[in-house]
Amino acid sequence: MSGLMHPLEKFVRPGMESRIWCSGCSDGIVLNEFLRAIDELGLDMNKIVVVSGIGCAGRASGYINVDAFHATHGRAIPVAVGIKVAKPELNVVVISGDGDLFSIGGNHFLHAARRNVGIKVICINNFNYGMTGGQAGPTTPMGAFLTTTPYGNIESPLNLVQLAAAVGATYVARWTAFHVRRIKESIKKALAKKGFAFIEVVGICPEQYGRRQKMPRPIDMMMWFKKNSVISRELDPSKAEFTPEKIVVGEFVDVERPEYTELMRGQINSIIERLEKEGKVSDVEI
Amino acid sequence: MRRDVLTGSYFTLGDIACAEGALAAGCRYFAGYPITPATEIAEHMARRMPEVGGIYIQMEDEIASIASAIGASYAGMKAMTATSGPGFSLMQENIGLAVMTEAPLVIVNVMRGGPSTGQPTRGGQQDVMQTKWGSHGDYEVIAFAPSSVQEMFDLTIEAFNCAERFRCPAFVLAEENVGHLREKLVIPEPHEIRLVERKRPKCDPKEYAPFKPDEDLIPPMAHFGEGFRFYATGLTHNEKGLPRTVDPDIHAKLVRRLNEKIRRHAKEIIKVKTLYLDDADICVVAYGIVSRSAASAVRLAREMGIKAGLLKLVTLWPFPSDEISRLSEGIKKFLVCEMNEGQIVREVERCSKCSKVSFLPKLGGEIHTPKEILSAIKGAL
Repeated sequence: MSGLMHPLEKFVRPGMESRIWCSGCSDGIVLNEFLRAIDELGLDMNKIVVVSGIGCAGRASGYINVDAFHATHGRAIPVAVGIKVAKPELNVVVISGDGDLFSIGGNHFLHAARRNVGIKVICINNFNYGMTGGQAGPTTPMGAFLTTTPYGNIESPLNLVQLAAAVGATYVARWTAFHVRRIKESIKKALAKKGFAFIEVVGICPEQYGRRQKMPRPIDMMMWFKKNSVISRELDPSKAEFTPEKIVVGEFVDVERPEYTELMRGQINSIIERLEKEGKVSDVEI
Repeated sequence: MRRDVLTGSYFTLGDIACAEGALAAGCRYFAGYPITPATEIAEHMARRMPEVGGIYIQMEDEIASIASAIGASYAGMKAMTATSGPGFSLMQENIGLAVMTEAPLVIVNVMRGGPSTGQPTRGGQQDVMQTKWGSHGDYEVIAFAPSSVQEMFDLTIEAFNCAERFRCPAFVLAEENVGHLREKLVIPEPHEIRLVERKRPKCDPKEYAPFKPDEDLIPPMAHFGEGFRFYATGLTHNEKGLPRTVDPDIHAKLVRRLNEKIRRHAKEIIKVKTLYLDDADICVVAYGIVSRSAASAVRLAREMGIKAGLLKLVTLWPFPSDEISRLSEGIKKFLVCEMNEGQIVREVERCSKCSKVSFLPKLGGEIHTPKEILSAIKGAL
């Protein structure tokens, strides 16, 4: 068999049962591009930790042959923050879905980005809760039909790029599953970034989403992305429009800001240094 | 020069003693969210953690606090969070996650009166059953109930030792009355403090099965970033850590082991203190701050010629069942005093065979007075 091994096989956790993802799902595309990005960067697999929450995309952490943690629903980011703060030398990546990261886990996203903890968050946005059978979520377009919006969705979806930019992410990009090479390039950029980085990958979900929006075949959603996405060449999140008619993709934020764990280490070191200089054990009264 | 063990005598607050106990136990990660009456633990940690090179982080809520502590624990740190009732309720789901992923972790709950926002500045003992049963699924936990500022220090260390030894969340359940109590604290010399560290794998990373237990039912724990490349999940998993969610045998085996690793070592974990129990007719059962009133009441009763004794529960979970059933053979009556509507009393009833159990509840945030307990002793006999 060794002669027939897939070039990325070495990055896949041995012993995992076959992927749970439906045929035509784009979670595999994102996983593939993530592994290619690691491969091309030549990163040390022993220093990468992948954390995910609950849902289809949340299974990604299990398939990658690195240290990985599969948290409770919505809580991947705070687990990742704990790991990163405790061991800043690790490259900590969160891969999860839109419902997990932005509905139940929305609060954590705001604050990890605000603090600029140097974790990387990859959100596969498939417009719905796929694993539980196609319920509407925080990114479901208005009018979409899902099992919990049988008469059409009347809620406005979140614009994840604009949200991430507003709360202080230092790198923000959006691509669709159609933009395979660019997904990889963005992941490489995010992995090299010091601060909080966010990538939204608009994904294909033929079984639970497409099927109910008159796009039953995987290729139908892919064609929708191909036809309606526009690449923005400006680093300007206000241009990141996202409607079924127009999906603006590209990089929207790429800035530097002091990273949280560095600030924390700096503060700790200066406190200890001062105590040592003053020959004191502690400044604090018990 | 040890910055983490500030040997000496102090006149200080229970919450501060708890924080100092954690530092002395080797805690280097504290995540919390402000909440009365546990805030002083966070405030003290915020000042002291950097001095010992540790991490204090104020998270966005209690859910994130415990989640990040689990992450830090997996990254190799002794981790803690502290809260009170409302925050404790929010933590329940991730307490289950810590149980399932066997993350050593200490959770302090400085208890106030509930339900809901209840009495933020008043004490209670209303979270005792929530500690045991609050998360979904079957699991065992370890919980200690300090009754003094000194015990806030000592039992926080004990909680860390248990969390590390058994790879599970361990709890310190203190009433507001103890958290905000100010009295003497003696911090011993570092060498006088017994510390336990989690068991670490000795095998080749390729051979490592993260949830394969040794004979004591506890698996050695690798840390993230050490090259073991393992997976931890809240899903039912096999010894390799891989999800196996529909195999009934794997699920039963895993859940039994998670329970059994604590049940089998209950004798090591359980601590009680006794007073005048050798010839007692009536045994007062109390824990936390109430045990101090109960001790006074028992002494008063003895002065009056009543054969009363005290069983102070230092460990609440696992419940000291054997101690109760052994006592129930010799005594006529148990009197359980709690600052709630009846929680530990049910456990005493369950374990006490033929002995009759009386109950003296107290709500409102105030501690039972020795007089109240004394008259209940008289009434019970």
